[in-house]
Amino acid sequence: MDWEALQLSLYLGLAAAAILIPAGLLIARALAWRRFPGRSLVQALLALPLILPPTVLGYYLLVAFGPGGIPGRAYEALFSGSLIFSFEGLVAASLIFNLPFAVQPMQRGFESIPQALREAAWCSGLSTWRTFWLVELPLAWPGVLAAFVLTLAHTLGEFGVVLMVGGSIEGETRTISIAIYDRVQALDYGAAAYMCAVLVGISFAAIAFLYMLDNRAGRAHAR
Amino acid sequence: MRDEALSVRLSQKAPIPLEVELTCAAGELLGVVGPSGSGKTTLLRSIAGLYPAHGTVRCSGETWLDSSSGLSVPVQKRRVGMLFQDYALFPHLTARENVAVALPPVSAADCERRISGLFALLHIDGLEGRYPHQLSGGQQQRVALARALARDPRVLLLDEPFSAVDQQTRRKLMRELAKLHRQLSMPVLLVTHDLDEARMLADRIAVLHHGRLLQTAPPDELFARPCNATVARLLGIDNVLRGRVAAHEPASNRTWLEWAGYRLELGLDTRFGAGSEVDWVIPAERLLVPGRDASASGAHVNVVRGIIEEYFQFGHSASVALRVNDGGERLYFSIPLHVAGRDGITAGVEATVSLPADAIHLMPVEA
Repeated sequence: MDWEALQLSLYLGLAAAAILIPAGLLIARALAWRRFPGRSLVQALLALPLILPPTVLGYYLLVAFGPGGIPGRAYEALFSGSLIFSFEGLVAASLIFNLPFAVQPMQRGFESIPQALREAAWCSGLSTWRTFWLVELPLAWPGVLAAFVLTLAHTLGEFGVVLMVGGSIEGETRTISIAIYDRVQALDYGAAAYMCAVLVGISFAAIAFLYMLDNRAGRAHAR
Repeated sequence: MRDEALSVRLSQKAPIPLEVELTCAAGELLGVVGPSGSGKTTLLRSIAGLYPAHGTVRCSGETWLDSSSGLSVPVQKRRVGMLFQDYALFPHLTARENVAVALPPVSAADCERRISGLFALLHIDGLEGRYPHQLSGGQQQRVALARALARDPRVLLLDEPFSAVDQQTRRKLMRELAKLHRQLSMPVLLVTHDLDEARMLADRIAVLHHGRLLQTAPPDELFARPCNATVARLLGIDNVLRGRVAAHEPASNRTWLEWAGYRLELGLDTRFGAGSEVDWVIPAERLLVPGRDASASGAHVNVVRGIIEEYFQFGHSASVALRVNDGGERLYFSIPLHVAGRDGITAGVEATVSLPADAIHLMPVEA
């Protein structure tokens, strides 16, 4: 069992979630309530990572993060480090491939809030900011939690993009799913099976947690 | 004459047509009635600042909206108390918290005092810790009212406040609102499609149709003297009829109206010249059965004969349509069942009704 790989995966997921949840909140809230030209295109673009083959997404990210790409060069200039074959690069890639997993549950969370509740808050004298904290966020909370769990779980499981952008550097970019692949390549089926079982356990716990949230929200709304 | 605490003038063609001019005095309850889609809710939302209408809104000395100078005070800064149709209570907060969020920043002790004051005023003390889904419809409405009153509003806006509760609760809540209204000093706007509700609660009623304010008057005056046939129909007046002014008799203070072969007598009304076509109404409850010439008693009445064409029983009374003089004209009225039984009134029989002269109201024919 490659505990270091699991730890790395968890760090990666947490780092991605820590950046993506606040940013996703703003995007999700805007998509839920604002009508602007090109809204469908923005939504389509955000959902693209869901259906693109990970290798395709990984290829573009590899090109963009490399010395020939603008993001890669910008990062190099700012932090004199590389976005490819590095943990930072994996975090950046995770932000992209997790976008739909973070934005969509939160968008649904915001969309489930009746407009009248926000208006009632405004008519009660609450500013936009206080309305967000006192009304919107608490009511969209199941969506935020779902976004967090999905981002974490999906990061643990992502393989194609991680392999393309990060390779398999021990302690730097070798995540749990890459480690499993390595073990299988080395015909070490025992270790692979063990790690697979751990991953299944974590994933199942995450999804079960989500359904529990969903059922609880369903009960709260059944009035 | 009380101060005009609220004055609203809205005028726009699109996207929602609005042509409204109204005032509401401090302590006055103005009912706004109209069918769904008539712009009632839009009017309320414009006053609250939730809808960007074109015009002016002034309230207790402050200008909230003045489109000509580009001024529009944001909704949070307009001191409105809004009661939403489904109450819009925050489901994740207790009744107490729902009210507390709307309190202006005050000291904790002050906050406590005001909340208990509001809960006592609305007879919901003891329910502070409940969540909205643990409250009945009537209790939810009262918590929502407490929240609307919490910020000490300059105007109270009620959007269909009784539509979300059952019939029995509705009666009770209406009586309570009538009582509460007497203790409030701000103008109150009540939007409703229920005419009985408006009639029972409002000091004046404004009739809205396709975004246009057609008439504003105290309930009794409005129902007796609608300004035209459209308003009369919106008010649910069944007897909206077309006739012709036959003659005026200033000496005897009378006007004669030709209708369905009859010459009907009414109080002198010289707004319409002899020979001009007019619409006229008579409230169903002013028709008297059986028709009797009451001139002996000094009252001026017109007796009209016809065939009972429709006869439906509703509880303790019957709804009747009388076809007059074999023509297409009908008079609608309702009578208590015991009167119908006594006078043998049922479908197909001949009957007479009396139309008191002072109950007939003439209106200009609409273009």
